[in-house]
Amino acid sequence: MQGASIAIDDLACRRGDRLLFRGVSLRLAAGQALQITGSNGIGKSSLLRIVAGLAPAFAGTVASAGAIGLVDERPALDPALTLGGALAFWRQIDGGDDERHLARLGLDSLLDVPVRYLSTGQKKRAALARLLGQRAEIWLLDEPLNGLDSHAVALTEALAAEHCASGGIALIASHQPFALAGMQVLPLADFAA
Amino acid sequence: MSGRFLPLLKRDLARLLLGGRGGGALLPILFFLCVAMLYPFAVGPDAPLLARTGGGVIWVAALLAAILPLDRLVEPDIDLGLFDQWALRGISEELVISVRVLAHWLSFGPPLMLAALPAAALLGLDGDSLLTVEIGLLAGTPGLAALGVTVAALTAGLRGGAALGGLLVIPMAVPVLIFGAGSLGTGGESGLALTAAASLVLLAIAPFAGGAAVRAARG
Repeated sequence: MQGASIAIDDLACRRGDRLLFRGVSLRLAAGQALQITGSNGIGKSSLLRIVAGLAPAFAGTVASAGAIGLVDERPALDPALTLGGALAFWRQIDGGDDERHLARLGLDSLLDVPVRYLSTGQKKRAALARLLGQRAEIWLLDEPLNGLDSHAVALTEALAAEHCASGGIALIASHQPFALAGMQVLPLADFAA
Repeated sequence: MSGRFLPLLKRDLARLLLGGRGGGALLPILFFLCVAMLYPFAVGPDAPLLARTGGGVIWVAALLAAILPLDRLVEPDIDLGLFDQWALRGISEELVISVRVLAHWLSFGPPLMLAALPAAALLGLDGDSLLTVEIGLLAGTPGLAALGVTVAALTAGLRGGAALGGLLVIPMAVPVLIFGAGSLGTGGESGLALTAAASLVLLAIAPFAGGAAVRAARG
Protein backbone atom coordinates (compact mmCIF):
# COMPACT_ATOMS: atom_id res chain seq x y z
CA MET A 1 0.00 0.00 0.00
CA GLN A 2 3.00 2.31 -0.31
CA GLY A 3 2.81 5.42 -2.44
CA ALA A 4 -0.75 6.42 -1.72
CA SER A 5 -1.25 10.17 -1.61
CA ILE A 6 -3.83 12.92 -1.86
CA ALA A 7 -3.01 16.48 -2.92
CA ILE A 8 -5.74 19.12 -2.87
CA ASP A 9 -4.97 22.68 -3.99
CA ASP A 10 -7.19 25.71 -3.54
CA LEU A 11 -10.36 23.66 -3.85
CA ALA A 12 -13.76 25.32 -4.02
CA CYS A 13 -17.15 23.63 -4.15
CA ARG A 14 -20.46 24.96 -5.38
CA ARG A 15 -23.84 23.33 -4.86
CA GLY A 16 -26.57 24.94 -6.91
CA ASP A 17 -25.79 28.64 -6.84
CA ARG A 18 -24.24 28.55 -3.34
CA LEU A 19 -20.49 28.47 -2.80
CA LEU A 20 -19.95 26.04 0.10
CA PHE A 21 -16.22 26.42 0.71
CA ARG A 22 -13.13 27.73 -1.06
CA GLY A 23 -9.37 27.78 -0.66
CA VAL A 24 -9.06 24.27 0.79
CA SER A 25 -5.54 22.92 0.34
CA LEU A 26 -4.12 19.82 1.98
CA ARG A 27 -1.58 17.06 1.52
CA LEU A 28 -1.92 13.52 2.80
CA ALA A 29 0.83 10.94 2.43
CA ALA A 30 0.75 7.19 3.07
CA GLY A 31 -0.22 6.36 6.63
CA GLN A 32 -1.88 9.69 7.40
CA ALA A 33 -5.44 10.38 8.45
CA LEU A 34 -7.52 13.53 8.39
CA GLN A 35 -10.93 14.29 9.83
CA ILE A 36 -13.03 16.98 8.20
CA THR A 37 -15.34 18.52 10.80
CA GLY A 38 -18.14 21.01 10.58
CA SER A 39 -21.86 21.41 10.97
CA ASN A 40 -24.45 19.87 8.65
CA GLY A 41 -24.51 21.21 5.12
CA ILE A 42 -21.08 22.80 5.25
CA GLY A 43 -19.79 20.60 2.43
CA LYS A 44 -18.03 17.66 4.11
CA SER A 45 -19.70 15.05 1.92
CA SER A 46 -19.24 17.20 -1.18
CA LEU A 47 -15.51 17.43 -0.45
CA LEU A 48 -15.27 13.63 -0.22
CA ARG A 49 -17.22 13.21 -3.46
CA ILE A 50 -14.89 15.65 -5.24
CA VAL A 51 -11.85 13.71 -3.96
CA ALA A 52 -13.51 10.50 -5.18
CA GLY A 53 -14.01 12.04 -8.62
CA LEU A 54 -17.77 11.65 -8.37
CA ALA A 55 -18.50 15.38 -8.34
CA PRO A 56 -16.82 18.23 -10.20
CA ALA A 57 -14.72 20.80 -8.37
CA PHE A 58 -15.85 24.40 -8.86
CA ALA A 59 -12.23 25.57 -8.68
CA GLY A 60 -8.90 24.09 -7.70
CA THR A 61 -7.38 20.68 -8.30
CA VAL A 62 -7.42 17.27 -6.67
CA ALA A 63 -4.77 14.66 -7.38
CA SER A 64 -4.63 11.26 -5.75
CA ALA A 65 -2.57 8.12 -6.13
CA GLY A 66 -4.00 4.77 -5.11
CA ALA A 67 -7.37 3.06 -5.36
CA ILE A 68 -10.23 4.86 -3.62
CA GLY A 69 -12.85 3.19 -1.42
CA LEU A 70 -15.93 5.09 -0.30
CA VAL A 71 -18.42 4.43 2.48
CA ASP A 72 -21.34 6.85 2.61
CA GLU A 73 -24.95 6.68 3.75
CA ARG A 74 -25.81 4.22 0.95
CA PRO A 75 -24.43 0.73 1.56
CA ALA A 76 -24.58 -0.20 -2.18
CA LEU A 77 -25.92 -3.66 -1.34
CA ASP A 78 -28.97 -5.12 -3.10
CA PRO A 79 -31.88 -4.91 -0.63
CA ALA A 80 -33.55 -8.03 -2.05
CA LEU A 81 -30.47 -10.26 -1.70
CA THR A 82 -29.22 -11.84 1.49
CA LEU A 83 -26.24 -10.12 3.07
CA GLY A 84 -24.03 -13.02 1.99
CA GLY A 85 -25.25 -12.77 -1.60
CA ALA A 86 -24.88 -9.00 -1.73
CA LEU A 87 -21.32 -9.16 -0.38
CA ALA A 88 -20.51 -12.05 -2.73
CA PHE A 89 -21.30 -9.76 -5.68
CA TRP A 90 -18.65 -7.28 -4.54
CA ARG A 91 -16.23 -10.11 -3.83
CA GLN A 92 -16.57 -11.18 -7.49
CA ILE A 93 -15.99 -7.59 -8.66
CA ASP A 94 -13.06 -6.89 -6.32
CA GLY A 95 -11.58 -10.37 -6.56
CA GLY A 96 -10.85 -10.27 -2.84
CA ASP A 97 -11.54 -12.56 0.05
CA ASP A 98 -13.20 -10.72 2.91
CA GLU A 99 -14.43 -13.78 4.83
CA ARG A 100 -12.09 -13.17 7.75
CA HIS A 101 -13.48 -9.67 8.31
CA LEU A 102 -17.06 -10.87 8.69
CA ALA A 103 -16.67 -12.43 12.13
CA ARG A 104 -14.80 -9.40 13.39
CA LEU A 105 -17.56 -7.08 12.15
CA GLY A 106 -20.19 -9.33 13.77
CA LEU A 107 -21.77 -10.13 10.40
CA ASP A 108 -21.14 -13.88 10.19
CA SER A 109 -24.48 -14.69 11.81
CA LEU A 110 -26.39 -12.33 9.49
CA LEU A 111 -25.28 -13.74 6.13
CA ASP A 112 -28.65 -15.32 5.31
CA VAL A 113 -30.68 -12.25 6.32
CA PRO A 114 -31.99 -10.12 3.42
CA VAL A 115 -30.27 -6.74 3.34
CA ARG A 116 -33.60 -4.86 3.58
CA TYR A 117 -34.16 -6.36 7.07
CA LEU A 118 -30.81 -5.16 8.42
CA SER A 119 -30.67 -2.22 10.82
CA THR A 120 -28.84 1.02 10.05
CA GLY A 121 -25.82 -0.04 12.08
CA GLN A 122 -25.73 -3.50 10.54
CA LYS A 123 -25.82 -2.01 7.03
CA LYS A 124 -22.99 0.32 8.02
CA ARG A 125 -20.91 -2.63 9.20
CA ALA A 126 -21.74 -4.47 5.97
CA ALA A 127 -20.49 -1.44 4.02
CA LEU A 128 -17.25 -1.63 6.03
CA ALA A 129 -16.93 -5.31 5.06
CA ARG A 130 -17.34 -4.27 1.41
CA LEU A 131 -14.66 -1.59 1.90
CA LEU A 132 -12.23 -4.05 3.50
CA GLY A 133 -12.77 -6.50 0.64
CA GLN A 134 -11.93 -3.78 -1.86
CA ARG A 135 -8.42 -3.38 -0.38
CA ALA A 136 -8.23 0.26 -1.52
CA GLU A 137 -5.33 2.43 -0.39
CA ILE A 138 -7.48 5.52 0.21
CA TRP A 139 -10.51 5.31 2.48
CA LEU A 140 -13.14 8.02 2.22
CA LEU A 141 -15.51 7.62 5.15
CA ASP A 142 -18.60 9.84 5.15
CA GLU A 143 -20.16 9.91 8.65
CA PRO A 144 -18.85 6.39 9.36
CA LEU A 145 -20.14 6.36 12.94
CA ASN A 146 -23.79 7.16 12.21
CA GLY A 147 -26.06 4.50 13.65
CA LEU A 148 -23.25 2.46 15.22
CA ASP A 149 -23.26 1.29 18.84
CA SER A 150 -20.27 1.99 21.08
CA HIS A 151 -18.69 -1.40 20.35
CA ALA A 152 -18.94 -0.87 16.58
CA VAL A 153 -17.61 2.69 16.96
CA ALA A 154 -14.49 1.36 18.66
CA LEU A 155 -14.18 -1.33 15.98
CA THR A 156 -14.43 1.23 13.15
CA GLU A 157 -11.78 3.38 14.82
CA ALA A 158 -9.54 0.34 15.20
CA LEU A 159 -10.00 -0.63 11.54
CA ALA A 160 -9.08 2.90 10.43
CA ALA A 161 -6.00 2.83 12.68
CA GLU A 162 -4.88 -0.51 11.21
CA HIS A 163 -5.50 0.77 7.70
CA CYS A 164 -3.26 3.81 8.30
CA ALA A 165 -0.63 1.70 10.07
CA SER A 166 -0.34 -0.46 6.96
CA GLY A 167 0.28 2.57 4.76
CA GLY A 168 -3.26 3.56 3.81
CA ILE A 169 -4.87 6.98 3.91
CA ALA A 170 -8.11 7.72 5.73
CA LEU A 171 -10.14 10.84 4.99
CA ILE A 172 -13.05 11.00 7.40
CA ALA A 173 -15.96 13.42 7.22
CA SER A 174 -17.83 13.45 10.49
CA HIS A 175 -19.32 15.87 12.99
CA GLN A 176 -18.80 13.25 15.71
CA PRO A 177 -15.50 12.73 17.52
CA PHE A 178 -13.42 10.01 15.83
CA ALA A 179 -10.58 8.65 17.96
CA LEU A 180 -7.52 7.95 15.86
CA ALA A 181 -3.94 8.51 17.02
CA GLY A 182 -2.05 11.07 14.96
CA MET A 183 -5.09 12.17 13.00
CA GLN A 184 -5.17 15.75 11.74
CA VAL A 185 -8.37 17.78 11.91
CA LEU A 186 -9.63 20.19 9.28
CA PRO A 187 -12.51 22.40 10.46
CA LEU A 188 -14.27 23.14 7.18
CA ALA A 189 -15.98 26.19 8.72
CA ASP A 190 -12.63 28.03 8.38
CA PHE A 191 -13.00 27.84 4.61
CA ALA A 192 -16.70 28.67 4.36
CA ALA A 193 -17.33 31.07 1.52
CA MET B 1 -12.74 -6.45 -18.29
CA SER B 2 -14.33 -9.90 -18.65
CA GLY B 3 -13.75 -10.50 -14.94
CA ARG B 4 -16.21 -7.70 -14.25
CA PHE B 5 -18.55 -8.31 -17.17
CA LEU B 6 -19.76 -11.69 -15.91
CA PRO B 7 -20.65 -10.72 -12.32
CA LEU B 8 -22.51 -7.67 -13.66
CA LEU B 9 -24.43 -9.76 -16.21
CA LYS B 10 -25.22 -12.40 -13.60
CA ARG B 11 -26.57 -9.78 -11.20
CA ASP B 12 -28.64 -8.06 -13.91
CA LEU B 13 -30.13 -11.34 -15.10
CA ALA B 14 -31.00 -12.37 -11.55
CA ARG B 15 -32.83 -9.08 -11.10
CA LEU B 16 -34.49 -8.74 -14.51
CA LEU B 17 -35.09 -12.32 -15.65
CA LEU B 18 -35.83 -14.06 -12.36
CA GLY B 19 -36.92 -10.83 -10.77
CA GLY B 20 -37.49 -11.59 -7.12
CA ARG B 21 -39.92 -8.97 -5.89
CA GLY B 22 -40.16 -7.14 -9.21
CA GLY B 23 -41.81 -10.10 -10.91
CA GLY B 24 -38.97 -10.56 -13.39
CA ALA B 25 -39.74 -11.51 -16.97
CA LEU B 26 -43.04 -13.20 -16.15
CA LEU B 27 -45.24 -10.11 -15.75
CA PRO B 28 -44.42 -8.50 -19.12
CA ILE B 29 -45.01 -11.84 -20.85
CA LEU B 30 -48.37 -12.38 -19.16
CA PHE B 31 -49.28 -8.80 -20.05
CA PHE B 32 -48.32 -9.49 -23.68
CA LEU B 33 -50.49 -12.63 -23.78
CA CYS B 34 -53.40 -10.78 -22.17
CA VAL B 35 -53.31 -8.13 -24.92
CA ALA B 36 -53.21 -10.83 -27.59
CA MET B 37 -56.15 -12.55 -25.88
CA LEU B 38 -58.24 -9.40 -25.47
CA TYR B 39 -57.87 -8.21 -29.06
CA PRO B 40 -60.14 -10.87 -30.64
CA PHE B 41 -62.79 -10.09 -28.02
CA ALA B 42 -62.60 -6.41 -28.92
CA VAL B 43 -62.80 -6.69 -32.73
CA GLY B 44 -65.01 -9.79 -32.91
CA PRO B 45 -64.43 -13.29 -34.30
CA ASP B 46 -63.73 -12.23 -37.87
CA ALA B 47 -60.92 -14.64 -38.84
CA PRO B 48 -59.64 -12.84 -41.99
CA LEU B 49 -59.57 -9.49 -40.16
CA LEU B 50 -57.71 -11.02 -37.19
CA ALA B 51 -55.20 -12.73 -39.45
CA ARG B 52 -54.62 -9.49 -41.37
CA THR B 53 -54.13 -7.28 -38.29
CA GLY B 54 -52.78 -9.87 -35.81
CA GLY B 55 -49.11 -9.29 -36.64
CA GLY B 56 -49.47 -5.59 -35.88
CA VAL B 57 -51.18 -6.38 -32.58
CA ILE B 58 -48.27 -8.62 -31.60
CA TRP B 59 -45.86 -5.78 -32.35
CA VAL B 60 -47.80 -3.21 -30.31
CA ALA B 61 -48.15 -5.67 -27.43
CA ALA B 62 -44.39 -6.39 -27.59
CA LEU B 63 -43.61 -2.67 -27.41
CA LEU B 64 -45.91 -2.20 -24.39
CA ALA B 65 -44.45 -5.25 -22.65
CA ALA B 66 -40.93 -3.84 -23.14
CA ILE B 67 -41.96 -0.63 -21.35
CA LEU B 68 -43.24 -2.36 -18.19
CA PRO B 69 -39.90 -2.92 -16.37
CA LEU B 70 -38.57 0.55 -17.30
CA ASP B 71 -38.49 1.99 -13.77
CA ARG B 72 -36.48 -0.96 -12.45
CA LEU B 73 -33.74 -0.73 -15.08
CA VAL B 74 -31.45 2.07 -13.87
CA GLU B 75 -32.89 4.20 -11.09
CA PRO B 76 -32.64 1.71 -8.17
CA ASP B 77 -28.91 1.26 -8.80
CA ILE B 78 -28.32 5.02 -8.74
CA ASP B 79 -30.32 5.34 -5.49
CA LEU B 80 -28.34 2.50 -3.89
CA GLY B 81 -25.02 4.14 -4.76
CA LEU B 82 -23.98 1.20 -6.94
CA PHE B 83 -23.01 3.37 -9.91
CA ASP B 84 -20.74 5.43 -7.61
CA GLN B 85 -19.05 2.29 -6.30
CA TRP B 86 -18.56 0.97 -9.84
CA ALA B 87 -17.08 4.30 -10.94
CA LEU B 88 -14.57 4.16 -8.05
CA ARG B 89 -13.46 0.75 -9.30
CA GLY B 90 -12.95 2.03 -12.83
CA ILE B 91 -16.05 0.26 -14.18
CA SER B 92 -17.44 2.75 -16.67
CA GLU B 93 -21.11 3.66 -16.87
CA GLU B 94 -20.94 2.65 -20.54
CA LEU B 95 -19.98 -0.93 -19.64
CA VAL B 96 -22.72 -1.18 -17.02
CA ILE B 97 -25.32 0.18 -19.46
CA SER B 98 -24.17 -2.21 -22.22
CA VAL B 99 -24.50 -5.17 -19.87
CA ARG B 100 -27.92 -3.93 -18.79
CA VAL B 101 -29.13 -3.69 -22.40
CA LEU B 102 -28.05 -7.30 -22.95
CA ALA B 103 -29.72 -8.47 -19.72
CA HIS B 104 -32.90 -6.50 -20.44
CA TRP B 105 -33.11 -7.99 -23.92
CA LEU B 106 -32.50 -11.54 -22.63
CA SER B 107 -35.26 -11.02 -20.05
CA PHE B 108 -37.95 -9.98 -22.54
CA GLY B 109 -36.81 -10.66 -26.14
CA PRO B 110 -36.57 -14.46 -26.26
CA PRO B 111 -39.50 -14.98 -23.84
CA LEU B 112 -41.60 -12.69 -26.04
CA MET B 113 -40.66 -14.67 -29.16
CA LEU B 114 -41.84 -17.80 -27.37
CA ALA B 115 -45.05 -16.14 -26.22
CA ALA B 116 -45.66 -15.00 -29.81
CA LEU B 117 -46.40 -18.65 -30.70
CA PRO B 118 -49.58 -18.96 -28.59
CA ALA B 119 -50.44 -15.35 -29.43
CA ALA B 120 -50.25 -16.14 -33.16
CA ALA B 121 -52.59 -19.09 -32.60
CA LEU B 122 -55.06 -16.88 -30.74
CA LEU B 123 -55.03 -14.37 -33.58
CA GLY B 124 -55.18 -17.00 -36.32
CA LEU B 125 -51.91 -16.05 -38.02
CA ASP B 126 -50.68 -18.42 -40.73
CA GLY B 127 -47.21 -19.98 -40.72
CA ASP B 128 -45.58 -17.48 -43.10
CA SER B 129 -46.81 -14.48 -41.13
CA LEU B 130 -45.69 -16.08 -37.87
CA LEU B 131 -42.21 -16.64 -39.29
CA THR B 132 -42.01 -13.01 -40.41
CA VAL B 133 -43.20 -11.83 -36.99
CA GLU B 134 -40.60 -13.98 -35.22
CA ILE B 135 -37.72 -12.80 -37.42
CA GLY B 136 -38.95 -9.23 -37.03
CA LEU B 137 -39.04 -9.59 -33.23
CA LEU B 138 -35.54 -11.07 -33.27
CA ALA B 139 -34.32 -8.04 -35.24
CA GLY B 140 -36.38 -5.42 -33.43
CA THR B 141 -36.42 -6.34 -29.75
CA PRO B 142 -32.67 -5.63 -29.18
CA GLY B 143 -33.35 -2.08 -30.35
CA LEU B 144 -36.35 -1.81 -28.02
CA ALA B 145 -34.16 -3.05 -25.14
CA ALA B 146 -31.47 -0.46 -25.94
CA LEU B 147 -34.09 2.26 -26.17
CA GLY B 148 -35.68 1.19 -22.89
CA VAL B 149 -32.38 1.28 -20.97
CA THR B 150 -31.38 4.62 -22.51
CA VAL B 151 -34.69 6.25 -21.60
CA ALA B 152 -34.60 4.66 -18.13
CA ALA B 153 -31.16 6.24 -17.58
CA LEU B 154 -32.37 9.61 -18.91
CA THR B 155 -35.44 9.71 -16.66
CA ALA B 156 -33.76 8.28 -13.53
CA GLY B 157 -34.25 10.63 -10.62
CA LEU B 158 -36.96 12.69 -12.30
CA ARG B 159 -40.30 12.98 -10.57
CA GLY B 160 -42.77 10.73 -12.38
CA GLY B 161 -39.85 9.21 -14.25
CA ALA B 162 -41.61 5.91 -14.92
CA ALA B 163 -44.61 7.48 -16.65
CA LEU B 164 -42.39 9.94 -18.50
CA GLY B 165 -40.14 7.07 -19.59
CA GLY B 166 -43.02 5.19 -21.18
CA LEU B 167 -44.12 8.34 -22.93
CA LEU B 168 -40.62 8.91 -24.32
CA VAL B 169 -40.05 5.34 -25.49
CA ILE B 170 -43.18 5.13 -27.63
CA PRO B 171 -42.38 7.86 -30.19
CA MET B 172 -38.74 6.75 -30.44
CA ALA B 173 -39.82 3.16 -31.02
CA VAL B 174 -41.88 4.21 -34.06
CA PRO B 175 -39.19 3.33 -36.67
CA VAL B 176 -38.75 -0.20 -35.26
CA LEU B 177 -42.53 -0.62 -35.10
CA ILE B 178 -43.21 0.71 -38.62
CA PHE B 179 -40.57 -1.47 -40.30
CA GLY B 180 -41.26 -4.49 -38.08
CA ALA B 181 -45.02 -4.48 -38.56
CA GLY B 182 -44.58 -3.27 -42.14
CA SER B 183 -42.57 -6.36 -43.03
CA LEU B 184 -45.83 -8.32 -42.65
CA GLY B 185 -47.50 -6.39 -45.44
CA THR B 186 -45.79 -4.93 -48.45
CA GLY B 187 -42.35 -4.45 -46.86
CA GLY B 188 -41.23 -8.04 -46.72
CA GLU B 189 -37.51 -8.64 -46.49
CA SER B 190 -36.56 -5.00 -46.86
CA GLY B 191 -38.85 -4.24 -43.92
CA LEU B 192 -36.95 -6.75 -41.79
CA ALA B 193 -33.62 -5.29 -42.93
CA LEU B 194 -34.76 -1.80 -41.97
CA THR B 195 -36.00 -3.08 -38.58
CA ALA B 196 -32.56 -4.53 -37.94
CA ALA B 197 -30.92 -1.28 -39.09
CA ALA B 198 -33.06 0.84 -36.73
CA SER B 199 -32.28 -1.67 -33.99
CA LEU B 200 -28.54 -1.45 -34.59
CA VAL B 201 -28.56 2.35 -34.47
CA LEU B 202 -30.34 2.26 -31.10
CA LEU B 203 -27.88 -0.38 -29.82
CA ALA B 204 -24.91 1.73 -30.90
CA ILE B 205 -26.20 4.87 -29.19
CA ALA B 206 -27.47 3.30 -25.95
CA PRO B 207 -24.20 2.81 -23.97
CA PHE B 208 -22.98 6.35 -24.61
CA ALA B 209 -26.29 8.15 -24.16
CA GLY B 210 -27.17 6.04 -21.11
CA GLY B 211 -23.71 6.40 -19.57
CA ALA B 212 -23.73 10.17 -20.04
CA ALA B 213 -27.23 10.32 -18.51
CA VAL B 214 -26.11 8.40 -15.41
CA ARG B 215 -23.13 10.71 -14.96
CA ALA B 216 -25.32 13.78 -15.40
CA ALA B 217 -27.78 12.47 -12.81
CA ARG B 218 -24.91 12.27 -10.31
CA GLY B 219 -24.55 16.08 -10.35
